[in-house]
Amino acid sequence: MSVGIKEKTINIALVGNPNSGKTTLFNELTGSTQYVGNWPGVTVEKKEGKIKKTKNKINLVDLPGIYSLSSYTMEEIVARDYILDKKPDLIINIVDATNIERNMYLTTQILELGVPVLVALNMMDVIEKNKDKINLEEIESHLNAKVVPISASRGKGIENLISTLEEMATISPDLANIDFYSKDIQQEVNKIENFIEEIANENKVNKRWLAVKLLEQDSHTLSKFDIDEEIKTYIVKIKEKIEEIEDDDMESIIANERYIFINTMVKKTVKKTKRQELTNSDKIDKILTNRFFSVPIFLAVMFIVYYVSIQTLGDYTIGWVEGGIEYFAGLVSSGLMSLGVTEFIHALVIDGVIGGVGAVLVFVPQIMILFFFISVLEDTGYMARVAFVMDKFFRKFGLTGKSFIPLLIGSGCSVPGIMATRTLENEKDRKLTILLTPFISCGAKLPIYVMFAAAFFPNNSGMVVFIIYMLGIAVAILSGILLKNTLFKGAVAPFVMELPPYRVPTLKGLFIHMWDRGKDFLKKAGTIIFAAAVLIWMMQTFSFNFSIVENPSNSILAGIGRFIAPIFRPLGFGDWISAVAIFTGFVAKEVVVATLGVLTGVGEVAEDAPELITSIQALFTPAKAWSFMAFNLLAAPCIAAIGAMKKEFNSWKWTLFAVSYQTGIAYIIAMIIYQVLK
Amino acid sequence: MSRTLKEVKVGEKVNIKKISGSGPVKRRLMDMGVTKGQEILVRKVAPLGDPIEVNLRGYELTFRKEEAEKIIVE
Repeated sequence: MSVGIKEKTINIALVGNPNSGKTTLFNELTGSTQYVGNWPGVTVEKKEGKIKKTKNKINLVDLPGIYSLSSYTMEEIVARDYILDKKPDLIINIVDATNIERNMYLTTQILELGVPVLVALNMMDVIEKNKDKINLEEIESHLNAKVVPISASRGKGIENLISTLEEMATISPDLANIDFYSKDIQQEVNKIENFIEEIANENKVNKRWLAVKLLEQDSHTLSKFDIDEEIKTYIVKIKEKIEEIEDDDMESIIANERYIFINTMVKKTVKKTKRQELTNSDKIDKILTNRFFSVPIFLAVMFIVYYVSIQTLGDYTIGWVEGGIEYFAGLVSSGLMSLGVTEFIHALVIDGVIGGVGAVLVFVPQIMILFFFISVLEDTGYMARVAFVMDKFFRKFGLTGKSFIPLLIGSGCSVPGIMATRTLENEKDRKLTILLTPFISCGAKLPIYVMFAAAFFPNNSGMVVFIIYMLGIAVAILSGILLKNTLFKGAVAPFVMELPPYRVPTLKGLFIHMWDRGKDFLKKAGTIIFAAAVLIWMMQTFSFNFSIVENPSNSILAGIGRFIAPIFRPLGFGDWISAVAIFTGFVAKEVVVATLGVLTGVGEVAEDAPELITSIQALFTPAKAWSFMAFNLLAAPCIAAIGAMKKEFNSWKWTLFAVSYQTGIAYIIAMIIYQVLK
Repeated sequence: MSRTLKEVKVGEKVNIKKISGSGPVKRRLMDMGVTKGQEILVRKVAPLGDPIEVNLRGYELTFRKEEAEKIIVE
């Protein structure tokens, strides 16, 4: 604490349950000063920001949303380690007042850590609306902690919260532990505290916390602290004695005791008015998770999301962006001309950079609209119901209901889809979902199918696209079944999930959510695609002796294409142009169509331009086209998605396995398709 | 008469007697408030037959029948 005061920087951690309004409060407090990164070594997202309008500099760290401080999930370990090792000056514990019993469980754990705690009691507007009464002063005295009522989604109580924070940061806190446990257990805890007080002080941890953890025989704590053997034996004896009396294991006894404390407190402090049996949320749920309607409703919702974001609205935006990019390219072109740059520089900027990055940018509005809808599904609480309804189906191929969210996002772009696997608690589920997400065709691959459909099946183009998407889903399902019974064999992970009440989302919240997802895609366009577009343009402009080529068939790219082409001969498309398109597709699927256009001498045109269609008809046969589409659909995704896989697997070994598996499957299936159809 | 939560019918309210087993699943259930003596209402079964939805401590929770089998009620 002293260091923080001297530098006038106060470090505060924000802790709370998922669905408690934590993200909303964080956004309210920090505004646009957010910095998003990762916790070291793990893939849990770390958000930091400065609290607005304060006298002192206050740094706020958003800890992951957790239900408990036990150490069963990555999020719990991250939160616990941060509090114990980094010693924040203060903790804001956000508590959902409408779900106070369960939320307070985490509070009882936080209060034992020896850090001053401010309880922000959220959703007080709902409490008021329901005419419920909560006695804040009495809760304060029960917890020996300050309680501030807020309503984060309406921005109410935030100023009071900030001024209370500043006040608390300047006075030395009262950290006296309150006794949560029943008399007999509390006595034993106190005894253990006396024995380990010295070690606790040496390690700067709270003796109450250490005593309880040791009593629970928490393996992480036992290995971290050097406890005297004699004390250890004593604690084990005490533990066994209590376990015998209570006929349960120690962890459960402690959890039970905490809830008994909370029950007693809530009974004294919360007065709920009697209300009708069914809330609005229950009524909505009756329809949305109805035995007969839920699956049709789910399919209809998915269709609407798709129809609007990919087909209609999304499709119009592609035209608008294309027009905008053309206009921009024209401006830059005449600007460069007037500067008198060489033809080479002109072509590099216009064809290489603007052409390449533009090919990706056209998808941005479409992806953003899709992410907006996904945010609506998440923020309203429907996504959790989808997991509930679909769990049994997903379980058949080794996934859980929660895997649906990454797969759905993956249909827009695999990068945020893979990143969304973070919501899965279980390591095995996570790995399998990351591996399968790229099989769901992303938006960038769509123009490839549209082009081939226009060339060979102009009357059934919708059907072609549908079959390809279904092929991706089928391969994902079969892979899931295969891997579940081999590599991922073993016990099924538990599925225990909260179903939050349905809520009307705020527009601000939706946009923040959408932006959080969409920026991954934009970042990809700005970095990897930018570099790749320049590199590909260079490779198709120069020959191996670095002179500019007139005909692209003499370029470096063509050389690479000729070298790798034989590999694809069994698949039907063993020519160098197709091979180059596969190669550039590895950089970004968006450029496959452009590559085919440029190399067949048509130039960069729309995927259904007549001149492109003619040259595609000359280069491919229907059998080759199916094989080529299947290979593009299933093979290793683009570099950006492989990068995302590496980040989420946190292992090169797994990334290499995933890429080899995907490419291997793609090769086999494309070969079968070609050999059968030809 | 004690039985497991898996056998409890939809719409029925029961008291939790004990959670059998140990380890992460048990701990997770307890963290979520599924503790001894707590009243729990079986709200519904998912359309495909699994998982189940329960109401306790004023909120909705879902877990699979496999987990429900570990919860002894009376």
